[in-house]
Amino acid sequence: MDNSNVQSLSGRSKVVSDKKLSFVERLYLPAIFKGMVITLKHLLKRKATIRYPETKREFSDIYRGRHVLKRDDQGRERCTACGLCAVACPAEAITMVAAERKAGEEHLYREEKYAEKYEINMLRCIFCGLCEEACPKESIFLTTEIVKSDFLRDRFIYGKDMLVEPIDKPIDISKRQTPAVLAFKKEKNRKHND
Amino acid sequence: MKVYLFYFLCILALYSALMVVISRKPVHNVLYLTLAMFCIAGHYILLNAQFLAVVHIIVYAGAIMVLFLFTVMLLNLNNESEFRKPALVQLGAVVAGGLLMLTLVGVLKQTDMVMTTDPTTTQIGLVKNLGKVLYNDFLLPFEVSSILFLSAMVGAVLLGKKD
Amino acid sequence: MDQQFIIYKTVLALSIMLISLLVAMYSTLAERKLAAFFQDRLGPDRAGPFGLLQPLADGVKLFFKEEFMPASANKFLYILGPSITMLVALLTSAVIPWGDSLTINGQTYRVQVADVNIGILYVFAVVSVGVYGIMIGGWASNNKYALLGAIRAASQMISYELAMGLSIIAVIMMSGTLSLQEIVDQQKGFNWNVWYQPLGFIIFLICALAECNRAPFDLPECETELVGGYHTEYSSMKLGFYLFAEYINMFISAAIISALYFGGYHFPFEDSLGLSANMLTIVGMVVFFIKITFFGFVFMWIRWTLPRFRYDQLMGLGWKKLIPLAIFNMVITGLIVRLLN
Repeated sequence: MDNSNVQSLSGRSKVVSDKKLSFVERLYLPAIFKGMVITLKHLLKRKATIRYPETKREFSDIYRGRHVLKRDDQGRERCTACGLCAVACPAEAITMVAAERKAGEEHLYREEKYAEKYEINMLRCIFCGLCEEACPKESIFLTTEIVKSDFLRDRFIYGKDMLVEPIDKPIDISKRQTPAVLAFKKEKNRKHND
Repeated sequence: MKVYLFYFLCILALYSALMVVISRKPVHNVLYLTLAMFCIAGHYILLNAQFLAVVHIIVYAGAIMVLFLFTVMLLNLNNESEFRKPALVQLGAVVAGGLLMLTLVGVLKQTDMVMTTDPTTTQIGLVKNLGKVLYNDFLLPFEVSSILFLSAMVGAVLLGKKD
Repeated sequence: MDQQFIIYKTVLALSIMLISLLVAMYSTLAERKLAAFFQDRLGPDRAGPFGLLQPLADGVKLFFKEEFMPASANKFLYILGPSITMLVALLTSAVIPWGDSLTINGQTYRVQVADVNIGILYVFAVVSVGVYGIMIGGWASNNKYALLGAIRAASQMISYELAMGLSIIAVIMMSGTLSLQEIVDQQKGFNWNVWYQPLGFIIFLICALAECNRAPFDLPECETELVGGYHTEYSSMKLGFYLFAEYINMFISAAIISALYFGGYHFPFEDSLGLSANMLTIVGMVVFFIKITFFGFVFMWIRWTLPRFRYDQLMGLGWKKLIPLAIFNMVITGLIVRLLN
């Protein structure tokens, strides 16, 4: 097969030839020496390893890690169990059960309807961020935390106990909730804002 | 001390030499033969002939016996595959072995068992002395044997070549 | 033979044995660290500072692993294999001159366990016996991979012993002695044999790699083809013996290379330092260890640079290239020695 007119995509391909080796090449010693110099250079190079628990790899500000269900400024859950996130989820990782707010629970839930149960299967989730985009209530956000490894599959289904942000330790998501994102979410011609 | 060592080596050498013949497993035979070689090397050391001992180990234990072992391991010899030889061959072997033993006994009876020189004091077995003897007094046999080796090498190459 | 002499020799022999084992232990760490560094990684660094306790952790792990023995293995030979390998590996260090002489209580002792007048041949004999450990272990395992590995090891070691011996003969012709002590003492100062025997040195280095079964000559245990080679069926400390013996062999090979070609415990300008005899001996020993460490590093450097040989290439290199070259080297050396005298 003639490959002469096939273009190299990486620009680094070499044409292989079967030419007879010269005497010096047949000695192999120069080539071996060259190889040894290459490895010696790598010996002195900076290492690529990150010693994990002590040093952590720097995350991007908008890294899509595990989810959080935000509270509002009075500490009430923002989620109204509308189900838009579950609909938007391409991996079908989100399920929820809605419930009606009783009298006297106004300090817990922001609106009359809330999520009694809210579960995300972290093994199914692909961390695309579509739930966050779909949410009309600014409730669900992805954080820079990673999902911890575990031995049991059951423990990867995160319930509200894992997802809702603790009252005393609010999670900062201002990097993800930029003015541009906010404006996008308020656009009237978008379906989810109807 | 030396005498005890001598007797220990003798007994070990005789035992392993006997086991070479008696043992039914080919690989064990070869290993016993190797052990016998080591015992003989030990005797050389007792006679203050270190060079001879070391060369004995290098050549016999280190090369020839390894090749033996090599071949025997590859052959996959089992006890079942051993076939009985015809009675005539067995009789011939017994007669030949008996004759060899008779010769050996005769020679040993003739030999004067007194050492003319004590090798532990004359240092005849050391490299320098051995080399001088080998290259002055025994030059012709030495060269003849080297020709023998050369022809053996040529023969081996010829046999090993694919025609 | 007075008592002090016997005590001195016993202490020396024991300490050399212990040092060999210690060096072998830390060679495993050095190997892993260097392998990592050559590949832009960090290597083991969890056990102790810089991973310095890693060999201990490995040793403990090896001790507590299950002692497994194949049901159809020959029990006696199965245990004999690693034992012979370890024994042979530790035997070689007896004739290596680790330093000049020390004066203790007005008596002078050589820093060498036994100054045999055929030192280099002794090393050679012991190395040639080393094949048995591998062959017996491989055969007794009753496993076809182990047997193939053992057979490869045997044929490889026999083949490269020849070229090794021929390259040593050139050195022996030059120095006119078989004693390692005298060979080293003739290289006093900077008068190293490697300047006179560069070809012999390269042949010896290649053969030493092959004798130690190290990459690029690690065909007896190449994982891709033979599972684990001759030690496929071995576990626990019996496997540890095989692995340890390899590192001790490497240490001894490095020592012999430095003694034969790089002046052993001699170093340039040693007389102009104005040190006392004992002090000079100790400095010489340190220098010898530095040389050994360097060659150990070279062994590992080669291992993590070069790919493994194919089997026919291995045999071709040994028989068709190295042996003729070594004979050529021997003839040239003989001619020059004859002409100069």
